[in-house]
Amino acid sequence: MLVLDKINAGYGSAQILRDVSLEAKPGEILCLFGRNGAGKTTIMKAIMGLVRTTAGVITLGGQNISRLRADQIPKCGIGYIPQGRRLFSELTVEENIEAGLLVSNGGQVVKQRVLDMFPPLKSRLDQQAGTLSGGEQQMLATARALAIEPKVLLLDEPTEGLQPSMIEQIRNVVVQMRDEGVAVILVEQRVDAVLSIANRVTFIENGYSRETLNASVLNSDKSLLDKYVGV
Amino acid sequence: MRAGENRVWLLHIAVVLVILALHFVLPPYHHGILARVMVLAILAMGYNFAFGYTGLLSLGHALFFGAGMYAMGLGITGLGLSPGIAVLFAIVCSVLVSAIIGSLALRTAGVSLMIVTLMFAQAGWYLILYFGEITRGDEGFVIPQAQRLVAGIDLADSNNRYLIALILFAIVLFTTLKLVRSSFGKALVAIRENEERAKMLGYNVFAYKLGAIIVSGTISGLAGAAYGLLFGYVGATFASVQYSILPLLWVLLGGASTILGPFVGTLFMTYLIDISSEFTEAYLLVAGVILVLLTLFARQGIVGEVKKRFAPWLP
Repeated sequence: MLVLDKINAGYGSAQILRDVSLEAKPGEILCLFGRNGAGKTTIMKAIMGLVRTTAGVITLGGQNISRLRADQIPKCGIGYIPQGRRLFSELTVEENIEAGLLVSNGGQVVKQRVLDMFPPLKSRLDQQAGTLSGGEQQMLATARALAIEPKVLLLDEPTEGLQPSMIEQIRNVVVQMRDEGVAVILVEQRVDAVLSIANRVTFIENGYSRETLNASVLNSDKSLLDKYVGV
Repeated sequence: MRAGENRVWLLHIAVVLVILALHFVLPPYHHGILARVMVLAILAMGYNFAFGYTGLLSLGHALFFGAGMYAMGLGITGLGLSPGIAVLFAIVCSVLVSAIIGSLALRTAGVSLMIVTLMFAQAGWYLILYFGEITRGDEGFVIPQAQRLVAGIDLADSNNRYLIALILFAIVLFTTLKLVRSSFGKALVAIRENEERAKMLGYNVFAYKLGAIIVSGTISGLAGAAYGLLFGYVGATFASVQYSILPLLWVLLGGASTILGPFVGTLFMTYLIDISSEFTEAYLLVAGVILVLLTLFARQGIVGEVKKRFAPWLP
């Protein structure tokens, strides 16, 4: 579905990504795994058009999206939940979710469906997003991304700094999206989280995409993880 | 409509009714001041739409104010338009000017945007002086009383002026209220809060910002046209940098990103100068000290502080 073919990208004259290739398939969670600064977040930003690619091609369902503007990418069906949540803190919970409905034009049906996934948000629709707890903010950021009804969902460390009950809730939604046929790309640092929900893992090192392995292989031989992140 | 929604609309209707009631209570001296405050509050509301809700810091709104004023004034005295048609002509001119300036200035952001808009406004001011044969330059021109009749209503009459100013103020107040509570208004706030994130949700940020500048410039142009028509004078002073800085000051004092803030800020500033000048010739010093105190202890502006402390539901 979403294919990155030998992507180069960076910030100004600093090249971060070199010949990065990977593929996210429908109904599958692909995890990007690597040390801090390896280039995982830059890969997400390159897909979203926030970092310009200087070589290579990104295709979605065969369509080249490498040259689209950042605001055109979500309209192709790619949802992104960045690191640090980045809510519109002065808008209410409901208005944040509605901000995501622009692309899907799904209206009340989609809003209700998204809220059903995160029941705690239902009672806080009129509350300003900036006043929510960290876990609730992550729920809202996830809900807002789901409101565009993505075919591909990008999550950058969605469980960072959350309490275990919240982690479980976010994790369940990600699995639910996968089971509904969404292609998920997940950046995650926690090995247990990776191994419990990922279908495949692509290792990122110094801006290069190294090998891609099935999670079952890693589960049976954890020494491979040591090779890339020294855990 | 939710209960909270009703509360918001009722509050703003009540504000308009109070201003209407003041017309029958206050002595005639205040009619002129309040009419001026209401028209200048329209300019401030226009400014607030770009600055408060969209985060676009402009120092060029004198250009929009002046464009509306001169289009109306020259429409009446030069083209022979009736006052009503001249105001419509001014609105069309304001839309065009703000669309052109916006599409050029929005290629910059932050401090650069402030400087670019200031330069455009200064260029507009110089154009008024340069084409003095048409605009009467620095001296300006008066719109004769005979040409200030709208459907038999004499706008030179202070009672009529007050009521027309109130009608225009109410129209702009409810229009901006409706706009900031619409999906367009929410998108502008989202862009102000996090432009990159708004892009990631599919918003064409440039188009939304341009829309905000056009709405803001058109409201400011309407204020200019109304000011010239109601007070009978069109002059280059109204296109000078002072009329770019004043709306910023009124909005900051009243509360940026609040609907009533621009009106409260304009009202407060006008009466602060009016009252302090009764007691001392150093009235600007008094006004300055009070403004500094307000800036120190009410950083969100008057309405902004009320919103923060007591009424978070205020739009």
